[in-house]
Amino acid sequence: MPIYVMVVTGLKQAQNVSLSTMWHLPTQLSGGGFLEAWRRLYPNLGNSLQLTIPATVFSSIFGAINGYIFAKWKFRGSNTLFALLVFGMFIPYQSILIPLIQFLEQIKLYGTVWGLVLVHVIYGLPICSLIFRNFFANIPDELVEAARIDGAGVVKTFWLVMLPLALPAFVVVGIFQFTNVWNDFLFGVTILPNPNSQPVTVALNNLSGSFSVDWNVVMAGAVIVALPTALIYILLGRFFVRGLLSGSVKG
Amino acid sequence: MPTAKVSTFRPDLSIVQPRRKRFSAERILPPLILFPSMTAILTFVYIFILITVWVSLSRWGTLRIDWRLRDPWFATYGQMFAMPRWHADLRNVFVFTILFLSGSIGFGLLLALFLDRRLLGHPIFRNIFLFPYALSFIVTGIAWRWIFNPETGINLLFDGLGINKWLTSIGAAPFKPGWTTDPSVLFSINEALGHVFPEAKSISIHMGIPIALIPVVVAACWQLTGFAMSMYIAGLATVPNDLREAARIDGATEFQVYTKVVMPLLRPVTVSTAIILGHVSLKIFDLIFAMTGTGPGFATDVPGIFVFDQTFKATRYNLGAAASIVMLLLVALVIVPYLWRNLRRN
Repeated sequence: MPIYVMVVTGLKQAQNVSLSTMWHLPTQLSGGGFLEAWRRLYPNLGNSLQLTIPATVFSSIFGAINGYIFAKWKFRGSNTLFALLVFGMFIPYQSILIPLIQFLEQIKLYGTVWGLVLVHVIYGLPICSLIFRNFFANIPDELVEAARIDGAGVVKTFWLVMLPLALPAFVVVGIFQFTNVWNDFLFGVTILPNPNSQPVTVALNNLSGSFSVDWNVVMAGAVIVALPTALIYILLGRFFVRGLLSGSVKG
Repeated sequence: MPTAKVSTFRPDLSIVQPRRKRFSAERILPPLILFPSMTAILTFVYIFILITVWVSLSRWGTLRIDWRLRDPWFATYGQMFAMPRWHADLRNVFVFTILFLSGSIGFGLLLALFLDRRLLGHPIFRNIFLFPYALSFIVTGIAWRWIFNPETGINLLFDGLGINKWLTSIGAAPFKPGWTTDPSVLFSINEALGHVFPEAKSISIHMGIPIALIPVVVAACWQLTGFAMSMYIAGLATVPNDLREAARIDGATEFQVYTKVVMPLLRPVTVSTAIILGHVSLKIFDLIFAMTGTGPGFATDVPGIFVFDQTFKATRYNLGAAASIVMLLLVALVIVPYLWRNLRRN
């Protein structure tokens, strides 16, 4: 239902927007709201893309490697390590913000998009590793044994045997991470104080808070921000669900 | 009787299986490969948490960094727990969590059951209900803020449906709640608490359900009911049909099949979902920030926003750090038992 409101209000002309006409269909369709929203959010959209795509790619790669090791090459203490890793997924990010910002300042990445990418990759490690590890756990160990008999070591087994099988998992993790990073707000607003480099979620919030902006622009903006993840969801929905479930239900 | 001598026959397996050398690649590579990620997590999660704890105990309360510990060391926490705003935060986050969990799990279960009974056309409805999960909390917050605007929005719907006309015609006041601008608190239990803890009378905020939180709960439920529903759908899929058939053969009605067979089997799903959604709601920040900010009389303030305000707006870093550590403890209370149980099983 709110989706209806968002889209419809965005399509209204500026003059027609007032709270009292909220539920009515637009008397005149107007793209004006969308144009204005696009104009304002355009640079931030670029930021978001610049942020989300590398973050997703790196998260997936590291998650796959970690998941593979945790699932197939258990060693003494690996379960404890895994528990420590997964706990990192649940912490409130507020509890590490202050040292994080100081750290980023030290390595001169504070306020840059790459700094934010690093942050997302690191804090995405737990969930991505978890999903991959559950996925690889379902692949029979015999495959690894067979590869080992054929002379393959840890790395070769991964490269030649596991990776090709892992494509569905990459899609799942990719979608999941993309959605999480795109939708993130807290890291975006604290690590990138410069409005020009902020991701689009932060920009949208700023847009909605300012008094000089009409509601139809804000709503159009919300639609624009929601579009990428919505599209991904519509097209690749079943992978989405798989990501949800494999990350939460164990065994 | 001569006892048969069982010779201890130990075949030399080294011909079949190569003996794993102590320092073979296979033994050191796995930990080595994990090393970078684990160090990263060790630092960025655990060491940072420790640093934050230090900050919460330090004197760093302004722009000038001061690492010295406060005297007494828990002074910041004492300060924080004396603040009425913090009381409101704790009340709000608990109320929110309880309402949100009941709503999303309740509706999620209902929807999953409907889908299970094929009451609603299967795949399309599942996708529709899960869709909000893909959106950012910011987008949701903004859209729902618009809807719950007290000037109109939902209130207009009530007008349109003629509800208010009917109400005024029978002499009652029209139903036009103030939603997020309403600072009043329902079911204030300060009096009751006062009988149990005499100090409770001095709590300056009302311990009840702030009306302003209700729209936020609705928005959050809208966003995450689909998640609960998905979990239940998956859970329902694992209930073997034979079990249900057996119950039916034993004479159970459909209703009994559900209450006595299916629901108990769904309990682990309920626990998992409650814990995951619970930890999300304890950390909640984006949604409330976009939707209402701190609300009238701190009616919608939550610890997440408190940390943000204290750290970035008020630059009272030790206060912000203390609040975030409390958040962490609350989340840990919920998560650690869950992780413990699940990872033990593996």
